[in-house]
Amino acid sequence: MDFRLSDDQRALRRGVRELLAGRFGREALRAAVDREGGLDRKLWRELGDAGFFALRLPEDEGGAGLGLPEAVLVFEEVGRVLLPGPLVATHLAAGSVPGAADGTAVVTAASELPSLVQHFEDADTVVVFASDGVPHRVDVPEAEAVPSLDPLTPLHRLPRPPLTPGPPPGAAVLLTAAEQLGSAARSTEEAVRHAKSRVQFGRPVGGFQAVGHLCAEMLVRTETARAAVYAAAVGGDLTEIAGAKLLADEAAVRGARDCLQVFGGMGFTWESDVHLHLKRALLRARRWLTTARAEEIQAQALASAF
Amino acid sequence: MDLAYTAAEEEFRARLRDWLAGTLPTLPPPPPAGDWPARRAHDSAWQRRLYDAGYGNVHLDASPTLRLIFLEETEKAGAPYVGANFVGLLHAGPTIAAEGTPEQRERWLGPILRGEEIWCQGFSEPDAGSDLASLRTKAVRDGDAYVVTGQKIWTSHAEVADWCELLVRTDPGAPRHRGITWLAMRMDAPGVTVRPLRTLAGSTEFAEVFLDEVRVPAADRVGEENDGWRVTMVTLSFERGTAFAGEVVACRRTLTEVATRARANGCWDDPVLRRRLGRLHAEFTALWRLVQWNVSEAAATGGVPGTGGSVFKLRYSQARQELYDATAEVLGPGALDLSLPWTRERLSSLSYTIAAGTSQIQRNILAERVLGLPKGR
Ligand SMILES: Cc1cc2nc3c(=O)[nH]c(=O)nc-3n(C[C@H](O)[C@H](O)[C@H](O)COP(=O)(O)OP(=O)(O)OC[C@H]3O[C@@H](n4cnc5c(N)ncnc54)[C@H](O)[C@@H]3O)c2cc1C
Repeated sequence: MDFRLSDDQRALRRGVRELLAGRFGREALRAAVDREGGLDRKLWRELGDAGFFALRLPEDEGGAGLGLPEAVLVFEEVGRVLLPGPLVATHLAAGSVPGAADGTAVVTAASELPSLVQHFEDADTVVVFASDGVPHRVDVPEAEAVPSLDPLTPLHRLPRPPLTPGPPPGAAVLLTAAEQLGSAARSTEEAVRHAKSRVQFGRPVGGFQAVGHLCAEMLVRTETARAAVYAAAVGGDLTEIAGAKLLADEAAVRGARDCLQVFGGMGFTWESDVHLHLKRALLRARRWLTTARAEEIQAQALASAF
Repeated sequence: MDLAYTAAEEEFRARLRDWLAGTLPTLPPPPPAGDWPARRAHDSAWQRRLYDAGYGNVHLDASPTLRLIFLEETEKAGAPYVGANFVGLLHAGPTIAAEGTPEQRERWLGPILRGEEIWCQGFSEPDAGSDLASLRTKAVRDGDAYVVTGQKIWTSHAEVADWCELLVRTDPGAPRHRGITWLAMRMDAPGVTVRPLRTLAGSTEFAEVFLDEVRVPAADRVGEENDGWRVTMVTLSFERGTAFAGEVVACRRTLTEVATRARANGCWDDPVLRRRLGRLHAEFTALWRLVQWNVSEAAATGGVPGTGGSVFKLRYSQARQELYDATAEVLGPGALDLSLPWTRERLSSLSYTIAAGTSQIQRNILAERVLGLPKGR
């Protein structure tokens, strides 16, 4: 047993972080906000070229032949920088929906949020993950725009469900949890950075215990969620994946709220990125598996343990 | 990210499991609560059995991974807890092994591993709790001995201990952290008086220890004079590291028992309670993964657990209290019946956010040492 990241995994994480820093830095993020979530198709194709979507496809199908742990590391980085788009759905559609694997197609899932579709106008294909666990293309001629809580995720409401969705695929839940983990880690770092530099009463506010302890709790929630998400990726167990989502949702949502608190008035502005993390975390917490559902899954596992 | 155990580790697990299955039914029943001499005899006998079977030194010599497997399997099988051997096996022993001279290791480790000598921890004082470095018990060098005078408090197992790992001030003029020394003191030395303290759970598991000109041979000093703070940090990192791994296994078992009970008495139909138990299931699964994470780090860095211990300790102590609060919900009026183990455990769990460094102190450690925030006041 060696739960730590392997050298290859570290290199992968470093590579993805560098790529995203170059292609989706602060300016690109704010430009995406100004576009109201409209996708940058050129970037989408570059992500495809870099293997974001084909990561887990076998090498003879043009993929990288990697596993869930590697995918989790990639999506954690995605969550750190708030990269927009139906990344999880497209990743899961790679290999079955043409164009998904290389990023020439944008695939969104109608089963990710009940009755709502993300990035409907940018998507080439809408799929539903049915009870057989695979993506089925569905025809959605029209949908009604809904003002979205998250400025980076446009939402549309479907007039009627196109196809009865099955239980959420484990990989979809886990990769969403990985995005939450990345966001939680980023919120912790940002809160700490601010707490070290903002001076009040003649000292950095991070020197006040009330602030330092908020940051410590953010770290504890993040690191606990990390252990849960990584272990679920290694084992692929559905109950453990649901538990990881539960803890990662909490780490991301509460982390962003605490970060907002540490930022003070600046945290309440449109200009700061804190609200972007909070809003996306709130949206992801409803994607695939809600807290209520995840807790029920845990309870069922307990009940069947005897 | 590899959670698979090696063939050798799995073989160790299988052998241990067999041995436990054959041995546990032959053990005498645990002694009645509060009978300290009987408790000591019981705990010592168990340690001796482990030693004779070749598992005596698992806490000291084995790799962190084997130690984890040992803690997991003994707990799963319902083997006795380390009990009175806690300080010897998990604190003083590892400290002596890391910092002691060859003669000291020879003198003390064998009796600890065979369950012959019980140790206690004399760190805290009435005016030095969280602020341990302000301790005042003084030791003055007199020939080949230190003469120790002062008072310790909250000393667990002091009533039955043979030895005490004792922190004393040897240089009152030096900066606080530089004048402290780590001594091994015999509990039957003239001048040592133990006065039991009653805990809120009714037990007398800790005590006050009064020291009046106790002579401790200089040869029983571990580490250099005035270097005791550094030695102490080694001890504390062990305490916060893997020492609680077995308890996580126990909590997971308790949780399934609570769920079974809730289903039998109808509480399970209450979605609020059901979801609360579900969340605890996710919580304890994650805590176990965190233990594996910390063990992997420890294995890679030479055995001394790092700050991951503080992350774990904070979350675990809280989760354990939430677990026993939930048992009370399932017990209903039974939550007031002190004859029920869960009711007693609920009271004991209150100490978890205090002992071994309070939650506030763990948060200070994380804020200052991991996140690099300025020191608070
Ligand atoms: C069951 C049990 C067994 C124990 N066994 C032993 C033993 O065997 N040997 C031994 O030496 N000790 C033992 N202890 C003592 C234990 O280590 C101390 O109780 C603990 O370190 C806290 O010290 P204190 O009780 O003096 O509390 P204090 O330090 O007085 O703390 C009081 C309150 O103030 C808070 N506080 C203190 N300083 C700060 C700060 N800087 N920032 C924020 N908050 C702060 C604390 O968190 C706490 O809430 C045991 C304690 C318990 C409960």
